[in-house]
Amino acid sequence: MSLVQTIDWVALAPPTVVAVTAVAVLLTDLFLPEARKRHLGTVAVAGLALALLTLLPLQRGDRTTFCLADRPDVCSYSADTFAVVIQLIVLGGALIAALLTLPELTRQRGDDATGALPRGEFWFLLLASASGAALLPAARDLATLILAMEVTTLPAYALVALRRGDRLGPEAALKFFLTSVVATAVTLLGISFVYAGSGSLFLGGIADGLATAAPALDALVRAGVVLTLVGFAFKTAAVPFHFWVPDTYLGAPLPVAAYLSVVSKTAGLAGLILVTSVAFPDLGGTWGPVLVVLAALTMTAGNVAALRTDPDRERSTVRLLAWSSVAQAGYLLVPLAAAGYAQDADGRSAAVGAAVAYAVMYAAVNLGTFAVAVHVAGRAGRHRLTDHRGLHDRNPLTALALGFFLLCLAGLPPGVAGLFAKIAVIRSAVQAELAVLAVVAAVNVVIALVYYLRWAALLFRPAAASAPDTPARPEPHGAPAPTVGVPTAESVPEPESVPEPEFAPVPAGPVGAAGPTGAVRSASTPRGAQPASEGRAAAVTGAHDADTAPRAPRPAVPVAVAIAVTALLALALSVAPQLMLALTSPGTLF
Amino acid sequence: MLTLNDSVTAPLLAATVALPLLGAVALLLLPSGGAAARAAGRIGVAVTGAALAGTLLLTAAFDRDTAGEPQAVTDVAWVPALGIRLHLGVDGISLPLLVLTALLCLLCAVHVLRRPPAGEGGAGPRGLVALLLVLETGTLTTFAALDLILFFLAFETVLIPMYFVISRWGGAERAAAAWKFVLYTLLGSVVMLLGFLLVGLQAGTFDMVVLAEAHGDGLSRTTQILAVLAIGVGLAVKTPMWPLHSWLPDAHTAAPTVGSVLLAGVLLKLGTYGLVRIVLPVAPEGIRFFAPYLAAFAVTGIIYGSLACLALVRAGAGGDLKRLIAYSSVGHMGFVLLGIATLTPTGVNGALFANIAHGVITALLFLVVGAVRERTGTTDLDRLAAHGGGARLYGRTPRLGALLAFTAVASLGLPGLAGFWGELLAMLGAFNPAEGLARPVFVVCLAVAGLGTLLTAAYLLQVVRRVCAGSQPAPAPSPDGTGPPGASPAPPADAADGDTADGDAVDAGSAPTGTATATGTAATATAATTATAERPSGADRQPELPDLRGDEAALFLPLAALTLLIGLWPALLLRLTDPAVQLLLEGVGR
Repeated sequence: MSLVQTIDWVALAPPTVVAVTAVAVLLTDLFLPEARKRHLGTVAVAGLALALLTLLPLQRGDRTTFCLADRPDVCSYSADTFAVVIQLIVLGGALIAALLTLPELTRQRGDDATGALPRGEFWFLLLASASGAALLPAARDLATLILAMEVTTLPAYALVALRRGDRLGPEAALKFFLTSVVATAVTLLGISFVYAGSGSLFLGGIADGLATAAPALDALVRAGVVLTLVGFAFKTAAVPFHFWVPDTYLGAPLPVAAYLSVVSKTAGLAGLILVTSVAFPDLGGTWGPVLVVLAALTMTAGNVAALRTDPDRERSTVRLLAWSSVAQAGYLLVPLAAAGYAQDADGRSAAVGAAVAYAVMYAAVNLGTFAVAVHVAGRAGRHRLTDHRGLHDRNPLTALALGFFLLCLAGLPPGVAGLFAKIAVIRSAVQAELAVLAVVAAVNVVIALVYYLRWAALLFRPAAASAPDTPARPEPHGAPAPTVGVPTAESVPEPESVPEPEFAPVPAGPVGAAGPTGAVRSASTPRGAQPASEGRAAAVTGAHDADTAPRAPRPAVPVAVAIAVTALLALALSVAPQLMLALTSPGTLF
Repeated sequence: MLTLNDSVTAPLLAATVALPLLGAVALLLLPSGGAAARAAGRIGVAVTGAALAGTLLLTAAFDRDTAGEPQAVTDVAWVPALGIRLHLGVDGISLPLLVLTALLCLLCAVHVLRRPPAGEGGAGPRGLVALLLVLETGTLTTFAALDLILFFLAFETVLIPMYFVISRWGGAERAAAAWKFVLYTLLGSVVMLLGFLLVGLQAGTFDMVVLAEAHGDGLSRTTQILAVLAIGVGLAVKTPMWPLHSWLPDAHTAAPTVGSVLLAGVLLKLGTYGLVRIVLPVAPEGIRFFAPYLAAFAVTGIIYGSLACLALVRAGAGGDLKRLIAYSSVGHMGFVLLGIATLTPTGVNGALFANIAHGVITALLFLVVGAVRERTGTTDLDRLAAHGGGARLYGRTPRLGALLAFTAVASLGLPGLAGFWGELLAMLGAFNPAEGLARPVFVVCLAVAGLGTLLTAAYLLQVVRRVCAGSQPAPAPSPDGTGPPGASPAPPADAADGDTADGDAVDAGSAPTGTATATGTAATATAATTATAERPSGADRQPELPDLRGDEAALFLPLAALTLLIGLWPALLLRLTDPAVQLLLEGVGR
């Protein structure tokens, strides 16, 4: 028996590549002159794309590492299908969030101006958080799991508060931080209880240990199980652990909110899945009912709050997206709750698969929604839902994409991807004979339709009617002719008017250079990990061209790429729902 | 008859179903501009024409000897993980509905081409045509689907397009009506989804052919009852069955002409078709349990619809002609439901016949009413019937008047026209319901339905009299003194109604009538003087109404001819539906 462990670096590659890039960016930032700091973004995007590529050799999902010397089946790190799919979501999500940030950071004049995002720190924090999120789904012991969760969350606090001279951000971050720390503390308490009962921190070991635990410890273990859920439910933004969400999203830069709503939420979901279905499979009677209540509350509260969003208020877009992401978390929890009632491992695997499939759909569609929101906010600057009026007249393809995303979120045709994801979720509830939960989920589809469809309908309304009462955006109406400087029509204090000879012409250049490369990578890699996607590469580039075609003011190139990629993913999932629903076949994930 | 084998007809059916969707996508991707708007109408006509040609070809190739079995079958796995297949086919039940759908969609496309909507902002004909095409794909797929989830998907597909058709091209109160439509029907269909999932998970398949052949084997009685309740609620909302009908009058009143035509002619059929296609064969025990209740609700609907129409048609009630037709649909669909509830081949055949007849006749009614509104600018019955200022179609547009009278008479079920056979057969079925059903209940229902036919005749004839002949025996100025009180059939007790109508009406003609009824004979003198003061000038000012134009005739006459054809030769339809009905009812008869 060797004392030196062999480490499977291929299996470890996805989080490692991201972490290495993060450190590299932070170090480079120290030595780069101000004018060249825009390249940091390119490096970060490239690192995330590379990390996505490293998922390719892991497709088969059979690699493990950091195993016990005497029990090679008990490992700390497992790159199984579940881990790879979640890593695909979080890395893809981080990549899209990075793309959404690129235009602003490229345009930014210096890191110290009011409202600026310090670039080196921003990219470092984003990548650090992403590396934690990529590590989390592969973690197979509670210590690594908690570590990964905190690595995901800690940089996120800073990301929320990063914008200089912003008052909302630090307050939001503080709220986020304090509540999150309390939730983590509760989870740690739960873990200590579970450890007391089972004598192991390995998820597989806990399952075995609990089966043979002393009956006297039963109450302790059950309390521990429930307490352990708290921290992960917090990250997933399940009601009643959701109160940080609206404030945090409102205070954070929009791409960071997109990141939180997809990456952080998916990481939390992955943690929940691991602790429930893998660590405590036989205690479904304890965590199942808890999750049923959480799911029902989360869906209903999120939807009702989203319904009450006044579309004309400042930042109503973000507010609506925040509450809608809470509601969507409820749908994600439904199959998890159903897994608690499953008869056998196959039933559990199918239910968990439905949750992961829903997460895949949600990630693509929600990121797309945020991408369009970034574009619209860039124009109008006030983040109001009513700013979306007339989007179809200005950017027909962008409007069609957003309409499609919203209907996917609502789960109605033509958003077939969303419909099938919802069918899978409700099916798992029906299969587990959770009649009440199934009915609650079904009714929530109706409630949610109101605000999604209201938003979608706005896109196709003429903008003229609202023009007089929106003094914030007179220039797009005055200049409908194609402006050549693509990403410049934003209302951020005019970058071009500053007499900085070497910087003024810059914006279009590097963005254009970074954009297409990002497009090719991101379009091919997420799908590359899935089978049968060869022929679509041509379609990707074709539609990408179409999306960035005429009409002023167009989305900035990276944003357009993000919209195109997410739209194509959503379209692919609509045409072939099997791509995500294959995960619901028993035995696929673990 | 053409003899084509399945290898030709199956792709033909799939192409017919998919073609409108492709057309819609193509329309949306057209560069916008005046040229696209003009081309949109023509593309719409071409695509819907091709779809109609496809369905006619299918009809020609249809093997009447095996009308009970699905033909032109496409059966491809779509989402193996959930067992969902792209399973399409036509049999004797779906074939007439496919042809009807394609025909009505073509007529609607022609209507849009000839009368393109004025278009606020982007609301030109392009969007309307695209939505119509999506609607067509949705309905054609629903009628051809042989997989429960595919059926559900197609059933849901019509929601969003119809929402936009009503909310963007509709009349007064369109926003509220569109919301009511979409939320009401979605609530119904998510409940239906729960029923489908229940059936599919218990029986282990979503394939409608397999499920129908099993005749409920493998489904416990409780499951069947629950499933029929859930599926039935969804379909009953769509049908609509009293008391779940309240979305329909608002939707019809607010919808534009093409929307009303498709709503009445096609969308309502989805509900009854689903009952026959899915509920009867899949859960025979469940439907036997609910049949008497269904019959009771059905005849309540008949009476309720007729009474509502009678209330609307009264002078001074301020009734809207489109709203009246909507309520008459509730009554007519009551007959369809009654026929289904008898569970006999006679009754179900009658129901299917009445289904088609209602589609043809009501679509024609809405088209004619649309033409009337184009000429007079109103669908308000009081204004249409107003003494001196009304429509008086017989006198002013004899052909249009005759057509309206013809359609109304067909709708009330005159023997020799399409409306007769379906209702007769449905009532005949109720006289002798399936074994095991409580005959007295059905005989009572029969008697009530008979009363309903009388009431139907009463209101439709009043409509014809008021709109075609005007409310006054003679519009000559001589009998003024006695005219108004004698001519208005409303008793003085309706003063309040009269007053509200008066308040709404801005038309000069309706004012005297309202005042006269309100104040009774005491005020006759004053009313008469007001009337004499206004009438001659009003009559002089009345502009010439153009009679039926060539393009309108081309729209209306096919439907009128069809009404006559299937009225005179009912075997044309019954020979198609009967074999299929016999097969579907096998389980019920056991």
